[in-house]
Amino acid sequence: MVNLFRSFFKSSLALPLMALFVLLMFNAFFVDDFFKIEVMENGNLYGRPVDILYRASSLIILSLGMTFVIATGGIDISVGAVVAISSATCCVLLGGDISGIPAHPFFVAILCSLGVGILAGIWNGTLVAKFKIQAMVATLILMTAGRGIAQLMTDGQIITVYYKPFAYIGGNIPGVMLPTAMLIAIVMVALVIFIDRKTSIGLMIQSVGINATAARYAGIKVTAVLFAVYIFSGFCAGCAGLIEGSLIRAADANNAGLNMEMDAILAVTLGGTLMVGGRYYIGGTIIGAITIQTLTTTMYAVGVSSDRLPAVKAIVILMIIVIQSEKFKQMYQDFKAKRLNHDAHKEAENA
Amino acid sequence: MSDCEDYILQMRHIDMFFPAVKALKDVSFNLKKGEIISLMGENGAGKSTLVKVLTGVYHKTNGEIIFDGNKIEPTTPLASQKMGISTVYQEVNLCANLSVAENIYIGREPRNSIGGIDWPTMQKNASKLLFDSLGIDIDVTKELNFYPVAMQQMIAIARAIDTKCKILILDEPTSSLSDAETQRLFKIMRSLKEQGISIIFISHFLEQIYTICDRITILRDGSYIGEYEIENLPKIELISKMMGKEVKDGEIESDVEKSKPRANNYIETSHVTVPGKVKDLTLDIKEGEVVGFAGLLGSGRSEIAETLFGTMLKSSGDIYVEGVKVSIKSPMDMMKHKVAFCPEDRKVQGIIGDLSVRENIILALQAKMGMFSHISRARQNKLADYYIDLLRIKVSDREQLIKNLSGGNQQKVIIARWLATQPSLLILDEPTRGIDVGTKTEIENLAVTLAKEKGMSVVFISGEMGEMVRTCSRVMVIRDHVKVTELNDDEISTAHIMQAIAGDYHGKSV
Amino acid sequence: MRKFLSNLVASQNFPFYVTAFLFVLLFAIGSVTFTGFFSLQVFLNLFIDNAPLIIVTVGITFTILSGFSGIDLSVGAVVSLSCMTLAVLMRDTTINPYVCMLIVLLIGIVVGLVNGALITYFRLQPFIVTLGTMFLCRGITAILSRDSVAIVNQEYSELAFTSFEFSDYFISLGAVIALFMVLTATVILRYTSFGRGVYAIGGNEQSARLMGLKVDSIRIKVYVISGFCAALGGITYSWIMLSGYTLHGLGMEMEAIASSVIGGTQLMGGVGFMPGTLLGVMIQGTILTIISFQGTLSAWWTKIVVGVLLCLFIVMQAIVTSHKSKLMNLNAEDSASKDR
Repeated sequence: MVNLFRSFFKSSLALPLMALFVLLMFNAFFVDDFFKIEVMENGNLYGRPVDILYRASSLIILSLGMTFVIATGGIDISVGAVVAISSATCCVLLGGDISGIPAHPFFVAILCSLGVGILAGIWNGTLVAKFKIQAMVATLILMTAGRGIAQLMTDGQIITVYYKPFAYIGGNIPGVMLPTAMLIAIVMVALVIFIDRKTSIGLMIQSVGINATAARYAGIKVTAVLFAVYIFSGFCAGCAGLIEGSLIRAADANNAGLNMEMDAILAVTLGGTLMVGGRYYIGGTIIGAITIQTLTTTMYAVGVSSDRLPAVKAIVILMIIVIQSEKFKQMYQDFKAKRLNHDAHKEAENA
Repeated sequence: MSDCEDYILQMRHIDMFFPAVKALKDVSFNLKKGEIISLMGENGAGKSTLVKVLTGVYHKTNGEIIFDGNKIEPTTPLASQKMGISTVYQEVNLCANLSVAENIYIGREPRNSIGGIDWPTMQKNASKLLFDSLGIDIDVTKELNFYPVAMQQMIAIARAIDTKCKILILDEPTSSLSDAETQRLFKIMRSLKEQGISIIFISHFLEQIYTICDRITILRDGSYIGEYEIENLPKIELISKMMGKEVKDGEIESDVEKSKPRANNYIETSHVTVPGKVKDLTLDIKEGEVVGFAGLLGSGRSEIAETLFGTMLKSSGDIYVEGVKVSIKSPMDMMKHKVAFCPEDRKVQGIIGDLSVRENIILALQAKMGMFSHISRARQNKLADYYIDLLRIKVSDREQLIKNLSGGNQQKVIIARWLATQPSLLILDEPTRGIDVGTKTEIENLAVTLAKEKGMSVVFISGEMGEMVRTCSRVMVIRDHVKVTELNDDEISTAHIMQAIAGDYHGKSV
Repeated sequence: MRKFLSNLVASQNFPFYVTAFLFVLLFAIGSVTFTGFFSLQVFLNLFIDNAPLIIVTVGITFTILSGFSGIDLSVGAVVSLSCMTLAVLMRDTTINPYVCMLIVLLIGIVVGLVNGALITYFRLQPFIVTLGTMFLCRGITAILSRDSVAIVNQEYSELAFTSFEFSDYFISLGAVIALFMVLTATVILRYTSFGRGVYAIGGNEQSARLMGLKVDSIRIKVYVISGFCAALGGITYSWIMLSGYTLHGLGMEMEAIASSVIGGTQLMGGVGFMPGTLLGVMIQGTILTIISFQGTLSAWWTKIVVGVLLCLFIVMQAIVTSHKSKLMNLNAEDSASKDR
């Protein structure tokens, strides 16, 4: 038992799980009926836990893509802007006709916004893999230009879509208990875990993240691996863009996906994946994303307004990264050693 | 102790513990004023630990260090540097983005009348220092990364001299230098010696040690073995003291019987050219043959290997594998033709440091099979265990991170990685660089055995002629990116290879 | 000629020349296309309108130069916090405006100190740490007030509208301060040990440590400078807006990073030239000016053009770097053949 406990604390999941646990405990005490889940009249599940998972969905999806990018030693700060482009694409293609008749078929719109995400990934991938430009700089380009492009597509307007089925993505498909976004997230997570387990792409990604030159000499196609992770990240952003757009049933080029890249990076680091690349932890990332959303929901529940939320978020982030740091671990070890010494001293004195 | 004054440094009864391991046991080390001493020992003997204790990277557990008549306790590299103990590492520790002058004077720049950095004076001083003490005449306003590694090392030495160092530690300085550059370094070392500076020279090249050093201190397994005048210690004795066993007279020259090449060629090239790297190369390598590429560093010997493997792409010419012309776009193409390549720079091109030994071993095989045909964990374990056992790789278990292994064992893991792909042509580029003598012999023997027993073609590249003499049944000599000649069977000797490289010997066959 | 070009590309100042050329080119395009564009006042307006961004960019350039993936994402939030603090202090207290400004500068220094301390002491990634302080400062700004707070203070307004006139032209106090900051930073980077230390730790931290530089202290100072610049940028921002608002300076960190990169700073650290970053800001300003002169183009075109420019510069840097390593190889071969 003690061993189990110990190995838990040594595992990479310990910290994010503990953070989540503390948050949940806080909620259990201070928020009434936090864990209550009901079935609504229309057959949908309702309750705070469901709500948290539902709202965390697009962040989870983004973070999955980000995890792989960060594991290769890169970063993709353009995902927020890609979310905006993707949701703009979908809304523009569906059109803002008040009668609710879409300008183009729904599946075309969906495919196009996913395609736009992939296209963005190809762009980033080209810069990083082909031109060997630092990931942060390379994706900065799309981050800067991306919102401009989205605004260009919507002509600076907020396009509201009246086509009914569009709302299903961000809401519920009639007759299904769980929110669609959650289902999409679950499917994506399952897909990623399947790929992680059943192919060796994980090994390739980690090798590239740790030592790209040596990986190339071992026959790994580094360029292809880098391309793949950025395309996947773009695809994830495309997915998240659909969900975000559907949530408000509109394309808001200025605010869709705003700061989401930051949240996604946070989720990945909270999950224990280091920003320098190498080992990655899918489970950690998912828990990290849920933790961030739980924090947000909790703060709303205790009455902190949305624009003040960042302050609380920041303190939590800073605390967690400090606790995760090597230096802190070392300090803790020293402290423990000192205490042991002290105790031994006392005992000796008593004797 | 009457001769106390002669010694600039005395380290007495040094003990040093790592958690759970005793790294140094009662080691003593004495250094006279104005002498060049070599610290010898196999990997893990404690050479670098001892140096790190002296430079303050590690802290000794017991013992005392007397430097220049005073007892000292080095705490940090910087502190010992300030006392006059400077180290020039193999990887140059300077800032590549700053100018040469700054690299010499940073932190103690000359000031002008209003307290700012006086650039003209600094540059003038730097030029003068480089020219006066080392005889180097270069543009000091250029950034450091404008110059080759050898020059950067000289600049690092200049910096050490100018900080008035009394002891200069040169840690494997020659492993990336060409012969000419090494000679130049030796000239500088001699003149420093005359100026009264003591030098600790660490190198794996026995020849060089016998050329330049006055005395040798030998360590083995963290213990002190002895101090010897160089004249009184024949090479063979040095090696036996380092390895802790008697070496037969002939053993170091040649032991295993060489492999006999089979009739058919495995790989052939005709008029292959890589701009600026390889010129008009035509060669053939037979099955079961160990071929050596001899040449100076930068002669193009590694580049030829990289061209054969596909990490470097030819611009013209053809390559044939088993008589069939192949097109190469990436290493994968050659891996599919059963070519394997252990690159020169183990740290940068070889190991994936944060991955386990198991993952490092299966990596190339996995890459070859493609990411979608995943090797099951059970098979990975089996493969890893098999090669750990076969090559006698010293690991605690297969999940140990490769970065925590010694250099020799890392090299073995890389070789295992390629053996796992069942290659027909194995290219070993400097497989024994920076590796202790024992492992060196093991790797040499392995190369010959593979060729003999499995009919594998092996390319052996090394800067040490002796190694090639021991292993290769044919040696191709490369100079200025051109294959100048080939030496066969009996012609292969250190002297012949050297002469061929220098252009004085053209071989019987040509 | 070829040799000259090759040396030009390899020279340390090449990115600066390109930036300067691009600025002149853009300005020339504007001058040819629009009447009234080519005037000293339009040029001066570039400084006046972009004074806060210039000052913030100076700070962020220090952090990028210092390496270890150095970056300061908190600057935009600090600008916003500065404006809000000034507004709230002057609304609710009777503290002298000058003292208020001192307080704000102190806040900037404290934020920088927190960033620097966390980064150096716990060896945390600057990206994450400054992301944290960014959220923190935005949050605190919102706690001070969720709505826009106007600055109504006679003395402060007068200061804000201070300008220096010469013949028909004028330049604002903010712009003068911005220019002063660029000049000071250039001198510090070139002529002080601290400045060279910034380049050294950006080039190779481990070597810098071995060469006796106090790496941690330099790095903390760098983040303090960035915090200070962000606060000073905030003050000049408040002179333009005369209000405090949670959305002030939103995305300014990215604009500053973009300016710095366009100005020739390499995000790996260790390479960059301060006057170049000034030009980086001015290029962005010129694009905005051209778009406003044109009249029908929307503002988001700026983002797109800046994106394209960023792309251009980054690709150029990649080419320059590979050219340099090629030159170095040639050099090595040269000296090797001389040896023989």
